[in-house]
Amino acid sequence: MTAIRATNLTKRYGRTVAVADLSFDVEPGRVTGFLGPNGAGKSTTMRMILGLDRPTGGSVLVDGVPYRDLRHPLRKVGALLDAKAVHGGRSARDHLLAIAQSNAIPAGRVMEVLETVGLREVARKRIGGFSLGMSQRLGIAAALLGDPEIVIFDEPVNGLDPDGILWIRTFMRDLAAEGRAVFVSSHLMSEMAQTADHLVVIGKGRLIADTSVAEFIGRSSQAYVRVRSPRLAEVAELVKVGRLHPDHLRVTAMTPLEIGALTARAGLPLEELTLVQPSLEAAYMELTKDSLEYSS
Amino acid sequence: MIDIIRSEWTKLRSVRSTMWTLGTAALLMLAIGALMSIAVKNSHEGPVPPSGVAEVSLMGVNFAALAVAALGALVVTSEYRTGAIRVSYMAVPRRLLLLAGKLVVFAAVALAVCMAAAFAAFLVGRTILGGASLGDPGVLRAVTGTGLYLTACGLFGLALGALVRHTPGAVVAAIGLILVLPQLTVMLPGQWGRTVNDWFTSNAGRQVAFPSEASSLGPWSGFAVYLGWIAVTLAAACVLTARRDA
Repeated sequence: MTAIRATNLTKRYGRTVAVADLSFDVEPGRVTGFLGPNGAGKSTTMRMILGLDRPTGGSVLVDGVPYRDLRHPLRKVGALLDAKAVHGGRSARDHLLAIAQSNAIPAGRVMEVLETVGLREVARKRIGGFSLGMSQRLGIAAALLGDPEIVIFDEPVNGLDPDGILWIRTFMRDLAAEGRAVFVSSHLMSEMAQTADHLVVIGKGRLIADTSVAEFIGRSSQAYVRVRSPRLAEVAELVKVGRLHPDHLRVTAMTPLEIGALTARAGLPLEELTLVQPSLEAAYMELTKDSLEYSS
Repeated sequence: MIDIIRSEWTKLRSVRSTMWTLGTAALLMLAIGALMSIAVKNSHEGPVPPSGVAEVSLMGVNFAALAVAALGALVVTSEYRTGAIRVSYMAVPRRLLLLAGKLVVFAAVALAVCMAAAFAAFLVGRTILGGASLGDPGVLRAVTGTGLYLTACGLFGLALGALVRHTPGAVVAAIGLILVLPQLTVMLPGQWGRTVNDWFTSNAGRQVAFPSEASSLGPWSGFAVYLGWIAVTLAAACVLTARRDA
């Protein structure tokens, strides 16, 4: 069963379109990365999944039903949206206890999840004094309380130190390996490349790509050969398969050796013959450059 | 529903502001009642009638009302301020059930504390002034009425908090509606003005503790009118809570 299914999901605030006609599925047993530049509509989409914001159009179902219709939603879905959105005056234990009680989750789970995220020692400390990393862990503990099949994390590595990032990355992989659906947003391609199996990429609220990471890498990091020559027009005519740019020729179907041999035989001088391999990050930038909300 | 009530009780008891605000309310009741009693004892010639003892010893009610109303507002607005309301709505997506849970828990706690404070204030006042007991006419109603009125003020604060979702806004609204405006409506002219004044929030609500002969409302009808104000505010809050994005 599809864990999360968004169908033509749309959210407008007045005349501003935050999410437009977005459709995608999140499947169990894998990490689905939700990728897009800041302001692309990732958090808005997540809030709609969780029944916090009402879609202007379309729908989103969790395990086949709208989130608001779940009786004990935390036993089905665990989510971390904003780790600092807690009452600082409460102890970690009381904070989790109140959440557990609301969904009839046994109180014993509280210490279990605190143990899981490594916060057992500070269970009785007030959470106002927690570092961002500790708050992030507490948020994850809250998401795990109901042992949910679906977990949703909004930018979980933001502001974490390398240790914390590695911990969360491993943790999400483990959750997926246990058969859970993991849906995690990020604005960093490099982060997702190391964590996700599947990618949903959005920009300006619209779907840009819905693909496996392998396919995304394969599609976007296609290498090409850059050729420069004082007699570029003749080189282009000779190579045939290249795409002519104002100051260079771009060839994807031939190796530098083949092009070099060809032009040498014709006696054409070359200025540059370079194999260009774009990074994943660059591919992502290329994909989303039209959809950045604020371009510098 | 019992799950939600249990959860809201944990939330209420595990935050210091709850105990501070309720403690302040109770302390105000006792301290002002005691001070007023001493002042009256020193200035008054002869014995004070029982109803007078009750009224003097419960004089802290106006200040205590604000403390309780502020706590009522905080029960809702503190979650909006921190963003924790999203965690609450994720746990209980049926928002009106969540609001109902908050209301039930807060009402029970506020009632217990306010009743205890009212009785304690009366006993302190009686000890200072002497000559009154709970059995005297109108005294028991004045004391229990004070507890009820204070609890109602807390619920008014909670309803305003749910409506405004913003601590300063809700507290200012509570002060305005419970303390300031009811004093100003006295100045309204004519019969119509008098009716508005009688029916206006705490002017009506206080009747249950300190009935005014001049009012067109009796003790319990006045209190019912006050509950009506709270119910209308709460109804508006419910409509908006269900509709708004969190």
